[in-house]
Amino acid sequence: MTESGNVPGSVDSVLELLAGQSYIADRALATAVHLSLTLNRPLLLEGEAGVGKTEVGKVLAKGLGRRLIRLQCYEGLDVASAVYEWDYARQMIEIRLAEASGQTDRSRIERDLFSEKFLIRRPLLEAIQPSDGIAPVLLIDELDRADEPFEAFLLELLSDFQITVPELGTLKAEEPPVVVITSNRTREIHDALRRRCFYYWLDYPDAARELEIVRVRVPEAAASLLRQVVAFVQQLRSVELFKLPGVAESIDWTRALMALGKDELDGATIDETLGVLLKYEDDVGRIRGAQAQATLAEVQRELAAAPSE
Amino acid sequence: MPSETVLAERVTRFGRLLRGAGLKLGPGQILEGIEALSEVVVTDRREFYWALHAAWVKRGEDRDVFREAFRLFWRQPDRPVNRVLEELLALSRITPERRSPQSQKRVLDALDDEKRPKRELRAEEADVVRLAFSDVEVLRQKDFEQMSSAELREAQRLIARFRFPVRDLQTRRWTPVTGRGAIDMRRTMRASLRQGLDHIPLRWRRRKTRPPGIVALCDISGSMAGYTRMLIRFLHALSNDREQVHTFLFGTRLSNVTRALRHRDVDVALAELGARVRDWDGGTRISSCLRRFNREWSRRVLAQGASVLLITDGLDRDETGSLEGEMARLQRSARRVVWLNPLLRYADFQPQARGIRAMLPHVDDFRPAHNLVSLEALASALGGQHGQRPAGRTSGRSASASLSAAAE
Repeated sequence: MTESGNVPGSVDSVLELLAGQSYIADRALATAVHLSLTLNRPLLLEGEAGVGKTEVGKVLAKGLGRRLIRLQCYEGLDVASAVYEWDYARQMIEIRLAEASGQTDRSRIERDLFSEKFLIRRPLLEAIQPSDGIAPVLLIDELDRADEPFEAFLLELLSDFQITVPELGTLKAEEPPVVVITSNRTREIHDALRRRCFYYWLDYPDAARELEIVRVRVPEAAASLLRQVVAFVQQLRSVELFKLPGVAESIDWTRALMALGKDELDGATIDETLGVLLKYEDDVGRIRGAQAQATLAEVQRELAAAPSE
Repeated sequence: MPSETVLAERVTRFGRLLRGAGLKLGPGQILEGIEALSEVVVTDRREFYWALHAAWVKRGEDRDVFREAFRLFWRQPDRPVNRVLEELLALSRITPERRSPQSQKRVLDALDDEKRPKRELRAEEADVVRLAFSDVEVLRQKDFEQMSSAELREAQRLIARFRFPVRDLQTRRWTPVTGRGAIDMRRTMRASLRQGLDHIPLRWRRRKTRPPGIVALCDISGSMAGYTRMLIRFLHALSNDREQVHTFLFGTRLSNVTRALRHRDVDVALAELGARVRDWDGGTRISSCLRRFNREWSRRVLAQGASVLLITDGLDRDETGSLEGEMARLQRSARRVVWLNPLLRYADFQPQARGIRAMLPHVDDFRPAHNLVSLEALASALGGQHGQRPAGRTSGRSASASLSAAAE
């Protein structure tokens, strides 16, 4: 248990906490979240784009009432932009001031120059030693985009929750942050890092859960439209596409259809708005027209056969 | 409800079963699994399952193995682990090699390919079939002769000199330099403190570069049989020489052999390849293999600026699918596509084959090799300056013009 004490005590309360922030999780994900909260270990989420990995971090921060510190990874992300940097301009001025006031004790100047006063705190340092003293939620987003050296650096941070600044010494977190790491698998995350985390593979949800997710996120949409959208997207996921639509796309599509004033799917509308669902030209070309019509007909048959509510 | 010690003992044995089935579980992980269980309601089967899952399954690919092993083990948790493992292996033929969902899909496809009589499978049976694929296709295995030490030395020597025809990538990381570059403030500051405060000696740094990642797609069909041994030697040496080399072999299907080729010992690597890859010296289905690659691997291995080295004669026997479309997609995903074609052993070769015509517009760099009988020739075909190197990406789309030049 962390000192902040507001960590939910069971899988059920994690489910509640997530649902309270409009995040519909299944029990398996809630178990992984619960374990990572109670045992203070990072949570590694993998899955296709648009299944709600990043959202887990954001929602946890809101639900726990903690600050969200987000580190977006990219290739070449280094210590200077992820952890800390010295404020060279101010150090320069400090040297000039020392010179002007006749200060000659070099070791003393050096001590002053490399003190916390001149340290620019980047996300990871801020997560270890938050300025407000409350352990935040640290979201390390798309770790697969960072390169291997950075991943190796994270190992020390994530196992001991400490950061070494050569000029200052080792800074240790009084209370470890809640860490959520996401990866889209454009590169395999190393085994050593995986071992330190609880792992969960976020899959595309089944129709019932996706319906609930979209309903919660777009509450103003008509029930009939929601059912059609979800059934259509679920059908699309069985087609061989280069990039399958995620839940984020279902939500966007529903909003787009609402904005166009549609409360029912029709062939022409699907063709016009397909770009919201599919993000590659070959995929759009493949579905547009005949295939979309066929899928829509299939969806209508399916919904007519099993009218719900 | 068994007592806690009994439960811990069973969980430990379940961990041993999973280790036998190929999951990476050390004693530390076993303890973590038990710790995780103490945080959930163990009498709830789902919580029990998912807590162990979160603690032990660290890769998407391991989920199926975990599910099967869980089902088998907890039915009668007191049977000896070895017996359960045997049953698991017999059922699903899980080798210690990791099984990916892709490979399972491949099984199902293979089933279709074989035009086997189809019938409805019970759900349980279907699972087993999905896992058991190694005996679905009975295909050739390949025996490589052992490498002589002279051959090994030659490979190492050539690789050391080898230049991949793609420029190094500039990274966003810095390295200190003595000449001019950008000012390195951190080192400058330290130096000025050492030297005295009245002057500030500048220190410099420069962006680091790194060699580009390479994804090799190598044709091992019958028409390439004469080169296979040498190509594999080359790919093995390449995999051991640098980071970020992924290797795929294809004939009628695509196999990711990256892990096998990383074995230091070339004979071990070759033996594993010979046993694992089943479509040696057969037909070629370039477009369906490329499609598999595009859908299942390209996003995972072509990120971070990797280039593709495609080694094939372009003789496609695939009548289905669009080879041109797949090549175009491949080119859009990769930084550069370098095609090495050993077919040009005849000087008067003309690109008549349909496959070659479809592929040529979508490569950035076309390297015909008139004579690809040795590693030496291979390295120089790839590394030398004589190949066609269209300056930019856009002009690279029409490498076909250069073919006639090469054939002259």
